[in-house]
Amino acid sequence: MTARELLAGGLRIEAHKQRSTKAPIRAASLVERYVIPLDQHSGLPAVPLVKPADRVRMWQPIAQPAPGISAWLHAPVSGEVIAIEPRPAPHRMGAPTLSIVIANDGRDERFDNAAAIVSFEQISPNEACEHIARGGIVGLGGAAFPTANKLESSLCENGPQLLLNGAECEPYISCDEVLMRERAEDIVFGARALLHALCSPNCTIAIEDDVPEAQAALRQAVDKAADPRVRIKVVPAIYPAGGERQLIATVFDAEVPHDGLPADIGVVCQNVGTAAAIARWIRDGQPLVSRIVTVTGDGVREAGNWETRIGTPFSSLIADCGGYTERMSRLIMGGSMMGTSLSHDDLPVVKATNCIIAASALDLQPRGLEMPCIRCGNCSQVCPAFLLPQQLHWYLQPFDGGQLARHGLLDCIECGCCDYVCPSQIPLVERFREAKPLLTRELDAHLSAHAARARFLARNERLARLEAEHRAKLAEKRRPKNEPTS
Amino acid sequence: MITALVTIVVLAALAGVASVATAGAPREISLADRIDALLPQTQCRRCTFEGCRPYAEAIARGAADINQCPPGGERTAKALAGLMGVEPKPVGKEFGVVPDHPAVAFIEEDACIGCTKCIQACPVDAIVGASRHMHTVIAADCTGCELCIPPCPVDCIVMRPAPAVAR
Ligand code: SF4
Ligand code: SF4
Ligand code: SF4
Ligand code: SF4
Repeated sequence: MTARELLAGGLRIEAHKQRSTKAPIRAASLVERYVIPLDQHSGLPAVPLVKPADRVRMWQPIAQPAPGISAWLHAPVSGEVIAIEPRPAPHRMGAPTLSIVIANDGRDERFDNAAAIVSFEQISPNEACEHIARGGIVGLGGAAFPTANKLESSLCENGPQLLLNGAECEPYISCDEVLMRERAEDIVFGARALLHALCSPNCTIAIEDDVPEAQAALRQAVDKAADPRVRIKVVPAIYPAGGERQLIATVFDAEVPHDGLPADIGVVCQNVGTAAAIARWIRDGQPLVSRIVTVTGDGVREAGNWETRIGTPFSSLIADCGGYTERMSRLIMGGSMMGTSLSHDDLPVVKATNCIIAASALDLQPRGLEMPCIRCGNCSQVCPAFLLPQQLHWYLQPFDGGQLARHGLLDCIECGCCDYVCPSQIPLVERFREAKPLLTRELDAHLSAHAARARFLARNERLARLEAEHRAKLAEKRRPKNEPTS
Repeated sequence: MITALVTIVVLAALAGVASVATAGAPREISLADRIDALLPQTQCRRCTFEGCRPYAEAIARGAADINQCPPGGERTAKALAGLMGVEPKPVGKEFGVVPDHPAVAFIEEDACIGCTKCIQACPVDAIVGASRHMHTVIAADCTGCELCIPPCPVDCIVMRPAPAVAR
């Protein structure tokens, strides 16, 4: 038993995946307009390479990464750029953000990407990283961190160990499960490309114990590839097993330092979807212009997983699912524990859209009246980050920055476990989410006060020294010439 | 790594361990140090002292009240009251208004004549420039004390909202 299993934390909760995994992956309907937000990945927004009225072909690069952390964007269809303007975006909770709007001409004329198809074993690891960047590949687990940036920052001497995350993060989301079932070979291909790009000695594909079909498919693909570097590790389906730090603890029995990155302990974590996207880019020349989106919940008639082109409106996906049911009450992007509520469905699918939940009252956790904390300790038993949520909550009223920092508020991964088990129905995560920026600001203020004090004292000292020197010189001048100097 | 440093520094500050930069050998933490650790270090002199440190020393020897620091606002006044064991009270009106946004100085560079007066006024060395050349404020170092504004002969210094801290 590993330390992680002993210390536990986390919850076994109903996965709610059966509804969406009944049917195989289907292609989402094509629409007339695709909206591609420029800032849909972590880091800096991409810089447009096209202007309104330009014709674009399918898979053509339409925006290039800004210097630093950023990613390429490609046209999901052929047609005409009709605008580059702010449009509401789901990752901004519905706030407008600069986007390229493409009118689909329905012809799917391909951009000549033949040069993109490379035999990855013949290029150097550095070139492989660069090549992955040009495919617009970002982490498909939810954070949309540009993959090439992650690879570059993880390069280490003997090569980090690669961990492919096939453990679905949250209830309801099943896009990774169906991907592993149906496209296991893509995943293994992508894994080998990543091994090459990272000079990594081995790759572990982590998969949960409650998805036997996906396990079987993956096993078969791994056997077929006959690559001794790739192995499969089955992990218990304990939410949040798919959290990066939690998964690393389970698989490698090692803890990522709270202020560090997995790379610090020689591990790079990638989502299985990302590996499959890399395979499509390297093998078929298809950049990241589509992804699998789970549409589920009691609020849609027929749940399913859809191969969806980036920029497709949520409303079109909902229509593909037969529309809303009368019970529909809330739209959520992401899973039921950490997803964000959205007020309407006229929002484009972005690279980070793994799941859309049309939730009815049945899906939502009923939230009763908030009561005082009874110090039952349930929350600290389930916290996967090993925090003490009840203490954190205590120090929120009144806000005590010192204690919050000491109790690790900033290490909270906002998983919602504490909230889920709290018998007093305290909306713990919500409060933590709100408090984090306040605390960050307070820590920053203390830091700059510290720097200001140092500069103030240094200046005073300098002024005093200059003053003393000046006085000494004056005294020297005033002294009569004949007087002997002592 | 940076977060670690931040946390350590801040924890030290919060615990009242004012690691004063000029202090060479480790020395006893005085009451003035602990008061100073609670002050915002704006160095604006609105408290009527020559900066935060002198104000802290004045409080420590009982020569000043705890409600004289407008940049610190209610929070600082409360923290000081807690430390000194007196009743908290709001910041005195005579010391100025409590600002609701952090601000930093900005020099309109076309108008600057390079007189260096603002450099001499800045208590935290946040202005760079040379005689008869354009001057500029290092926004990250500016505490928003406004001491540079009155000396400027051409009134080219304005206060602007502080830029968001990049993380
Ligand atoms: S939301 Fe934060 S505090 Fe609550 S269980 Fe998850 S990590 Fe712990
Ligand atoms: S679970 Fe709720 S009631 Fe129990 S200790 Fe935590 S916050 Fe308090
Ligand atoms: S009023 Fe200004 S100088 Fe005085 S303590 Fe407050 S910030 Fe420091
Ligand atoms: S630049 Fe002006 S406002 Fe900013 S710290 Fe210096 S004197 Fe104060």
